[in-house]
Amino acid sequence: MPQVSTANPLLAGASTRKYRTREDLIRFVLFLCAFLSILTTLSIIAILAWEAYSFFREVGVFDFLSGTRWTPLLEPRSFGVLPLVAGTAQIVVGASLIAIPVGLASAIYLAEFASAKVRRVLKPVLEILAGIPTVVYGYFALTFVTPLIAAVFPSTQIFNAASASIVVGIMVLPMTASLCDDALRAVPESLRQGAFALGATQFEVTLRVVLPAALSGVMASFVLAASRAIGETMAVTLAAGATPKMTLDPLQSIQTMTAYIVQVSLGDTPVGTVEYQTIFAVAALLFTITLGMNVIAHRVLARFREVYE
Amino acid sequence: MRSDRLRRRHATTKCFRLLCAAVAWAGIVILAVLLFHVSREGIRWLDLQFLTEFPSRFPEQAGIKSALWGTVWLIILTAGISIPVGVAAAIYLEEFSPKNRLSQLIEVNIGNLAGVPSIVYGILGLVLFVRFLALGRSVLAGSLTMTLLILPVIIIAAREALRAVPDSIRQAAFALGATRWQAVRAQVLPVALPGILTGVILAMSRAIGETAPLVMIGALTYVAFVPEGPMDAFTALPIQIFNWASRPQENFHQLAAAGIIVLLVTLLLMNATAVWIRQRAERTGR
Repeated sequence: MPQVSTANPLLAGASTRKYRTREDLIRFVLFLCAFLSILTTLSIIAILAWEAYSFFREVGVFDFLSGTRWTPLLEPRSFGVLPLVAGTAQIVVGASLIAIPVGLASAIYLAEFASAKVRRVLKPVLEILAGIPTVVYGYFALTFVTPLIAAVFPSTQIFNAASASIVVGIMVLPMTASLCDDALRAVPESLRQGAFALGATQFEVTLRVVLPAALSGVMASFVLAASRAIGETMAVTLAAGATPKMTLDPLQSIQTMTAYIVQVSLGDTPVGTVEYQTIFAVAALLFTITLGMNVIAHRVLARFREVYE
Repeated sequence: MRSDRLRRRHATTKCFRLLCAAVAWAGIVILAVLLFHVSREGIRWLDLQFLTEFPSRFPEQAGIKSALWGTVWLIILTAGISIPVGVAAAIYLEEFSPKNRLSQLIEVNIGNLAGVPSIVYGILGLVLFVRFLALGRSVLAGSLTMTLLILPVIIIAAREALRAVPDSIRQAAFALGATRWQAVRAQVLPVALPGILTGVILAMSRAIGETAPLVMIGALTYVAFVPEGPMDAFTALPIQIFNWASRPQENFHQLAAAGIIVLLVTLLLMNATAVWIRQRAERTGR
């Protein structure tokens, strides 16, 4: 954007000066609104750091990060966060198993095969899927997916990681598909045409030329999807249960970091106690993990954009 | 021999294409199954009484009056705060900001904020608004929390709309002696308005469906009154749905489904409006 000086030296009369002060004032107000985002980030970091600090004066950081028993609300109390991390990891892996292949295949169809007409139908459907509130997915998991799984595997518990993973996978699917679609469409048409000219079929062009060229964008979309799945709250609270434990069996009840935070905030744990303070420690861990993943993904995406523009 | 191989390669393409198409259309199937399941479960409970009664221990008498009004309050306050602030931030970043490190930092920061889990915003709202500013578990505290949550969404959408305005329009305004703000207010904003509106509506529909931050700041699950001011306690539609869905009784699950129908119809209407605005703007041509 060209920088146009608002002060024309030929017209530097009283009215121009008036305009300049007004202009500066407006500019300052607009700046404050933009700066609010920095304040938001700083407040999040400050609050989490402060509250987690007072928690870690009672419980060792190492005990927290490496302990394998999480029973902060029951005697004997134990503050090992690994069961919550394992529960979250189980949901993320399960959700990725759905969202990554389905999202990528949908994106390939949209970007490489589908006609403009089909795109006009499919894109809005994906947007609608993305816009459905997570509490609705939670309800869907509990009343539709779980009975379905239980019909196949009778040992399924009412609350289980599998059904939560499935709906979280459906939930992050639109985002994965649309980010992959962006990445594939950013690949210059000349690459495809070159490959076709050499006699490659559409399949070979897609898999050997377009996909490798879009790989960093595709990978970044996977990271963003996983980060979204980690932060997902209502569906896992409703469907995955409230039993922090380390298990590989997806049919059992588990608890994720987010679901634990909800459980405490719904309960009557007195504010200010170590038990209550756990939610800040868990939230700090959650924030650190998701922020790290987002920063990495955005770096990759930014670099990727530069290459083809 | 050679044509055999060629045929195989083309067959592979065909299979691959079919596979990708099937997977992509599966999204529609999932959406249909979800909508069908919810309507089948909930339609029985959906009547006028459901909309005009307060929640109750008895499923037959339960309704969503307080939740509906809570959501209306929440959205009006959230829109009133977040739209001006969000659009102003977008205008600054797109039209005014010098290309320096601070602007770059703000930009990267907004991208990252959009990826912060909503429950973390809930914790921010709990500590900052409910406790520190002593707003209590009020509609205002809920709206401020929601505002922080959807600001990145509004800013990103509004910036895209502003960026789509051709530079020639700005140049013409400057050439006639307009200041930057005059150019933005009188020329750029009107052109960008449909795009901004679309983004704003989508952000609002996100706010309507968000549950986790409201649970965190302590929106009540049982409210038998309608909020009368911004400092009143409140509940909201997704909270009520969550509350009913987390009970073991079948009847409450069906009530949750009825609540979901109301929620989804609201969201659908909002999305349809957004699409309509977008298409109208495209037709009239910029």
